[in-house]
Amino acid sequence: MAILVIADHDNNELNDATLKVVAAAQKMGGDIDVLVAGEGASGVAEAASKINGVRKVLHADDANYAKRLAEPMGELITGMADGYSHIVASSGTDGKNFMPRVAAKLDVMQISVITGVESEDTFVRPIYAGNAMATVQSSDATKVITVQPTAFDAVATDGSASVETVGNGAFPGISEFVAEELTKSDRPELAGAKIVISGGRALGSNEAFEQYIYPVADKLNAAIGASRAAVDAGYMPNDYQVGQTGKVVAPELYIAVGISGAIQHLAGMKDSKVIVAINKDEEAPIFQVADYGLVGDLFDLMPELEKAL
Amino acid sequence: MKVLVPVKRVVDYNVKVRVKSDNTDVDLANVKMSMNPFDEIAVEEAVRLKEAGTAEEIVVVSIGPEKAQDQIRQALAMGADRGILVTSDDDVESLGVAKVLQKIVEEESPELVIMGKQAIDDDRNQTGQMLAALLGWPQGTFASEVKKDGDKLHVTREIDGGLQTVALNLPAVVTTDLRLNEPRYASLPNIMKAKKKPLDKKTAADFGVDIAPRLKKLKVTEPPKREAGIKVESVAELVAKLKNEAGVL
Ligand SMILES: Cc1cc2nc3c(=O)[nH]c(=O)nc-3n(C[C@H](O)[C@H](O)[C@H](O)COP(=O)(O)OP(=O)(O)OC[C@H]3O[C@@H](n4cnc5c(N)ncnc54)[C@H](O)[C@@H]3O)c2cc1C
Ligand SMILES: Nc1ncnc2c1ncn2[C@@H]1O[C@H](COP(=O)(O)O)[C@@H](O)[C@H]1O
Repeated sequence: MAILVIADHDNNELNDATLKVVAAAQKMGGDIDVLVAGEGASGVAEAASKINGVRKVLHADDANYAKRLAEPMGELITGMADGYSHIVASSGTDGKNFMPRVAAKLDVMQISVITGVESEDTFVRPIYAGNAMATVQSSDATKVITVQPTAFDAVATDGSASVETVGNGAFPGISEFVAEELTKSDRPELAGAKIVISGGRALGSNEAFEQYIYPVADKLNAAIGASRAAVDAGYMPNDYQVGQTGKVVAPELYIAVGISGAIQHLAGMKDSKVIVAINKDEEAPIFQVADYGLVGDLFDLMPELEKAL
Repeated sequence: MKVLVPVKRVVDYNVKVRVKSDNTDVDLANVKMSMNPFDEIAVEEAVRLKEAGTAEEIVVVSIGPEKAQDQIRQALAMGADRGILVTSDDDVESLGVAKVLQKIVEEESPELVIMGKQAIDDDRNQTGQMLAALLGWPQGTFASEVKKDGDKLHVTREIDGGLQTVALNLPAVVTTDLRLNEPRYASLPNIMKAKKKPLDKKTAADFGVDIAPRLKKLKVTEPPKREAGIKVESVAELVAKLKNEAGVL
């Protein structure tokens, strides 16, 4: 039995999520190979070779993998599936995009966004926005799995696996990359940050985020998140959304500011270690999951908080 | 072009579902059911394509219980032209749904399938990608903008780092994200008109595809429960607690 882990990266850096996916793969049992598909990503392959517990790194280098579009990735991974009992990737937007393609081509049912591994064929995953946890057993020959990285602890990186170049799959040539608009930020990345501070509809504008959330985030070296309402209203970009249909985070400290605590939002942050809520409505549902609640007006409290830190 | 929109009947997004006491599943007795919110967005997008003259016909399809008719009627009231209900008493998994949809696509020959990125019951986010793979079509997932440009479809996608635009050959599959549009409410006259729009009924067995489940639900349990903590009176108290009690600062 062997497991193929698909590395999450941007051609320059290996995303930490991959270390957590390898941790999940270790619980499934079997030798672990890591596929790095990209363009000019040998630095990433090198980084992947240091992940503990990895047998070998398979490196596919081609312009067609530069943006890891689903169509060529689907062909590549499906072509490599022979000999692997499990094919595993992070549940980031890349993995969510190409893994179901692999599953369909192999005629298997993907097991999406697992948070636990019970055995080689049995996994735990949240359903209904995390209001229930399902334990599911797969009868498929190959298990195609996406992993919620926050649910696993990263493995160490003092290994030394070999790196092998692998050939390319077919290029369907039916899709092409046009452009991207990536959010630039010097702050820690939302998905892996130790502290996250999120703002909701109550902020009322992007300027208010800048004035009331950013200074506290700077003091705490925190990543910034937002509720859907704040993203929908255009206060923050889409990739800041925390929740059932945005990003799932599990930092040491999550501070929710002017967020009511709808179930869809809770689904993205309720596994945080410590939750703080600041809201002027003492009945707000967010207080039901908060370890520390502070009732009051954020526009008064946030400047105070900044000073107190 | 012809557009196919698959819609799923799911628990309404306002319902906080509970786990059954015997831990076999969640309890859906007497809870409000609705069209999956992402599918409403898909229907809306199709209707806008039609209003813009890009789409000629919109066919809605749902695989589920007899009652999924309600969701098809809602889509018809929003502006879709006709519906196909594929009944199945058992829960059909994403792979099975994708296989049935593949058959329907082969019969209907749409140039575009627009569907939700994720059904909010099982939160799987995979059916559209699976359908695209089975058909050998390109996919534009998590779309926040869809534009036809000559013979290509430009789809702007919400990705982890921001936004990405891809150009797809047609036919293609698009899955919707929340910010693609804001679905309209159907007006009363349109709800009445929708009752007369054609709705074909089939059964999953009619398609002769293997829809046997591959995943066995061994149990369904409550998530670890978080206890509500305490209210602090001031910023000073909050900072002190975070430092001394929680140890996170
Ligand atoms: C299919 C679907 C998917 C969804 N996915 C997500 C998701 O992934 N993430 C997500 O977040 N939401 C999601 N939602 C939306 C969710 O249901 C809520 O609408 C949303 O989370 C509300 O955002 P909010 O808390 O910022 O706004 P509101 O609910 O409007 O809450 C604002 C809060 O701010 C407080 N407030 C107002 N003024 C002040 C002040 N001056 N000082 C302090 N507090 C103040 C109010 O008391 C209130 O509690 C989804 C919805 C659907 C239908
Ligand atoms: N039973 C179904 N009938 C029609 N469409 C479905 C069905 N199941 C899933 N879909 C479509 O596939 C999308 C993604 O679902 P899922 O992959 O289950 O999260 C949904 O938003 C629907 O558009």
